[in-house]
Amino acid sequence: MRRSIGLEELEDIAIGAAVLGTGGGGDPYVGKLWAQQRIIANGPVELVDVDDLADDALVIGVGMMGAPSVIVEKIPSGAELALAFHAVEDACGASADAVLCVEAGGINSTIPFALAADLRLPVVNADGMGRAFPEVQMVSFAAYGLPATPMAVADEHGNVTLLRSVSAEWAERLGRALVVAEGGASVIAQYPIRGRDLKYAAIRETLTLSLEIGSTLRAAGRRSLEVIEALTERLSGVVLFHGKVVGLTRETAGGFVRGAVAIEDLDTRAGGQCEVIFQNENLLATADGVPLASVPDLITILEEESGHPVTTERLRFGMRVFVLGLPCAPLWREAIGLAKAGPRCFGLDLDYVPFEQRLAMR
Amino acid sequence: MSYRIGVDVGGTNTDAVVIDDADRVIARAKAPTTSDVVSGIRAALAQVLVSDPDEPVVAAMLGTTQCTNAVIERRGLRNVAILRLGAPATTAVQPLADWPADLKAAVAGPVSIVAGGHDYTGRELAPLDAAGVRRAAAEAAEMRMPIAVIGVFSAVNPEHELRAAEICAEVMGDDQSISISSGIGSIGFLERENATVLNAALTDVARVATNSFEVAVRAACGAQACYFTQNDGTLMALAYARRYPSLMLASGPANSMRGAAYLSSMGDGLIVDVGGTSTDVGILVNGFPREAPFVVEVGGARTNFRMPDVVSIPLGGGTIVRVQGGDVSVGPDSVGYRLTQEALAFGGRQATFTDVVLALGMAEFPVPVQRPELPRDVAERAYQIALGLVHRAVERMRPSRDPLPAIAVGGGSVLLPSILDGNVEVLRPSDYAVANAIGAAISEVSGSVDRIVAVDSRNAQAARDEVREEALAEAVAAGADPRSARLVLWEEIPIAYLPGNAVRLRAKAAGRLVRST
Repeated sequence: MRRSIGLEELEDIAIGAAVLGTGGGGDPYVGKLWAQQRIIANGPVELVDVDDLADDALVIGVGMMGAPSVIVEKIPSGAELALAFHAVEDACGASADAVLCVEAGGINSTIPFALAADLRLPVVNADGMGRAFPEVQMVSFAAYGLPATPMAVADEHGNVTLLRSVSAEWAERLGRALVVAEGGASVIAQYPIRGRDLKYAAIRETLTLSLEIGSTLRAAGRRSLEVIEALTERLSGVVLFHGKVVGLTRETAGGFVRGAVAIEDLDTRAGGQCEVIFQNENLLATADGVPLASVPDLITILEEESGHPVTTERLRFGMRVFVLGLPCAPLWREAIGLAKAGPRCFGLDLDYVPFEQRLAMR
Repeated sequence: MSYRIGVDVGGTNTDAVVIDDADRVIARAKAPTTSDVVSGIRAALAQVLVSDPDEPVVAAMLGTTQCTNAVIERRGLRNVAILRLGAPATTAVQPLADWPADLKAAVAGPVSIVAGGHDYTGRELAPLDAAGVRRAAAEAAEMRMPIAVIGVFSAVNPEHELRAAEICAEVMGDDQSISISSGIGSIGFLERENATVLNAALTDVARVATNSFEVAVRAACGAQACYFTQNDGTLMALAYARRYPSLMLASGPANSMRGAAYLSSMGDGLIVDVGGTSTDVGILVNGFPREAPFVVEVGGARTNFRMPDVVSIPLGGGTIVRVQGGDVSVGPDSVGYRLTQEALAFGGRQATFTDVVLALGMAEFPVPVQRPELPRDVAERAYQIALGLVHRAVERMRPSRDPLPAIAVGGGSVLLPSILDGNVEVLRPSDYAVANAIGAAISEVSGSVDRIVAVDSRNAQAARDEVREEALAEAVAAGADPRSARLVLWEEIPIAYLPGNAVRLRAKAAGRLVRST
C-alpha cells in the first residue's frame, strides 16, 4: 500500500512519535516544522511498504544524533542531511531508492521526511526500533547483524565525516565523539540496507502506526479517557498506573539525564505508589517496589487532562498522569534483541519479563 | 513618610490603591476601564487622591493588560524585521513557521539570516557577519520597522547579539526599537525567536502605555518615578518597559498573586482568583508566582516567555447552570459582567454559580440580594460539580502532598467554602477585590541570570556563586536596595546527552525599591 504524507499527516506522526518516544527521543517539533517546510516547497512524500521494495533496492537511514536540548537551539541548516546521505551513497557506489527512518520515536521520526521531500524519494513505512532508543547499536538491523556503516556524520558548516566501523557499538562511540566536537548535535546517515535484508530486519508499519496514534489523540481532543482506551486497545497495551506526580529526581551522569518520578495512586488513595526510572527514555516502572514493566517494552506517560504524551523533561509535581505499558516489537523479546536493548544494556539489574506476564503473575 | 500608588488596568476595571511606607493600604478605588485606558487611570487616580496627600507620592506602579490584549486582538502591532545570527545553522526552519496567519500578517517583516552565534560551550559557530547585520539594519531603517535579533545559544554567550545591537543602533538611530533575544527568553531557539519578535511588535503599544501612564501620574500627583510590573511579579523602570514590553504580558495574574501573598502574609500558597467568568489558580513560592514550565502560547505563537504558571477554569460568579433531561451542567459559558441583571438573585432569569451558592446559604453577599429559587437537589449537584472543578485545578497546582493553604481573591472569592477538598484551608484576606493593584504597589525590583555551564566537581561551586552574584548585582543595578536584595529563585536543570555535565543555572534576585527620598 502506498500512502502520501503531507502537512496534516506530519502533525499526527509527530504526536504518535512522542508516544513511541517513551519520554525521550527528543521533541519531534523541530523535525516536524523542518519536514513541513520541505513538503510545502516540494510536495508530499510517498510512504512505501517494505514489500514494495525490490530485493536489490538500496535504502539509507537518516536522523539526528546529539542532545535534544542542543537541537532545539542550534537548528540545522537543512543542507547537512543530503550531504550525509550522498556520502553514504558514494561509499556504497549506488543511488538510494528510498529514505529509511531508523527511530520511529521522538524527533527522528519526522526528519527522514525533510530529506525525502528534497530528494523526491519515498520513505519506507518501517523503522529499526518501533520506539526510541538512545544508541546506534540499539537497532533491529544491528540485532540481525547488518552493519551500521558506512555511516556519515554531517554538520551545518558542511563538515562530513565517513565512518567504517567494526561494529555498531563502535559506530556509536565514534559518532558520539564527532557530534560533541561539532557542537552537540549533527545529522547522520547510516545503515545502508538492501531491500532483501530490510524484509526480515525492519520493524514494519511503524510510521503508519505513529500516524494512527496521532490521529486518535487529535480526534479525541480533550476526552482523555476515550484516548487512553482507544490507544491501549490499538497497541495491545495496558494502563499500568493512574496517579499524580509526587516526587521527581533528575541528575546528569555521563551525558544522560537519569532520574525517577514517583506517582501516587489517585483511584484508591490507599497509598499505592508507582515509580518510573528513566535515562532520557523511561526504563522501568514499579509499583510499591515490584516491577510492572521494563525496557525494551514501552513505558509512556500521558497527561491525564489532554491525553498527550509527556517527556521526562516536562514531568512536574502535581501532574496527573496515566502510565501506559505497551508491548515492544517481538524482536526485542528474543535473545538477539535483548542482547542489544535488554534491561542490562541500560544498567538495570533485572531480567526482562514481558509486562503482560508480570501483570498476570500479580 | 511617603506614599506609593499601585494601578491595575484589567479588562473590566481599572483599580488603584495608595499605600504608605509600611505597605499599609491608605485608599482604594475602582473605575471602569476605558478604551483609551488613560481616562480610566485618571478616574481611578482621582478617587484615591481626593485630597492632596499630606506626604509626597514617590512612585507609581502600573500593571496593565494592554500588551496582552494587543497580541490577542492583533491590534497596534508593528511589522518586525527579523535578524538571525547563526547561518548556516537555523536555515532549515524559517521564522514564524507555524504562526496563525492573521498574527503572522500583522507582524512579519523581512528576514535576514547571517553568520554568527555560538555553540553550547559558548564558542563561536562563526565570526559575526557585521556587514550582513549592517545590511539588515539598513533595510529595517528604510522600512521604519523595529528589529528583532536572535543569536544561536545567546543564553550561553550573548556577545554577538550585543555587538549586533550596537551596529543596529548605529545604523537605525535611537528612535527605532531593537529587541535582542538574550534578554527575553531562554533555551529553545524558535520559541525565543517568537518571543523576541512579539516584543518588537509591541513597540508602539508599549510607548503609548508608558507615555499615557506617565502623563496621568504626573498630572495627578507629581510622582517622580513610574514603574511597570512584569510577569514575574517584579518591577521595571519606564525605559526598560519600553525596551521589553513583552515582559508585561500576563502581569495581571502575577500582580494578583503578589497582592494576595502580601494581604495574607503568606510566602507560599495557592492563589485562587475567582472572577465573573473564570477562576485562575496559581501558586506562590517564596512570595513569587511559580513560572510556567517550557512553552507558553501567546496569541497562538509558541514562546518561552517566563510566565506565571496559572490554570484557568471556566467557573466564575456568572457561570451558567443548566438542567437538561435531569442532568445538571455548570458552564462553561457565563453571563459575565451582566451578572447583576441576568442572575436569579438579581431578579434575572438565568441560574448562575452565584445563585447556587446563595440558594444553599453557603455565602453572604456584600450587597443585598434575593434568595434565588432553585431546587435543592439541582443546587447541590451544581455546587458539587463546581467545587470539583476548583478541586482539580488546585490539585494540579499543588507541588506536593504537604498541606498548603489557598488564598482566595477576586470579586467571586466569597463563593468558595472555607475548606476545599483535600483539607485545603481557604484564606480570605481583606481588600481581596483590589489585590492586583496592591500587588503592583508592593512590587520589588529583580535581576535574573539564565545560563548553561559545564559543571564538573572542580568548578561547580564557583559557577554557582558567579551566577548567584550576577543576579544580585543585576537586581541592585535595576534599583533594588542592596540590603533587602536576596535570591528568590534558584534552579539547576541538567541538559541531556552532553558530556561534561552541562547544567542550566537559573537565578533570580529581588529586593525592595530604593527609596528616592
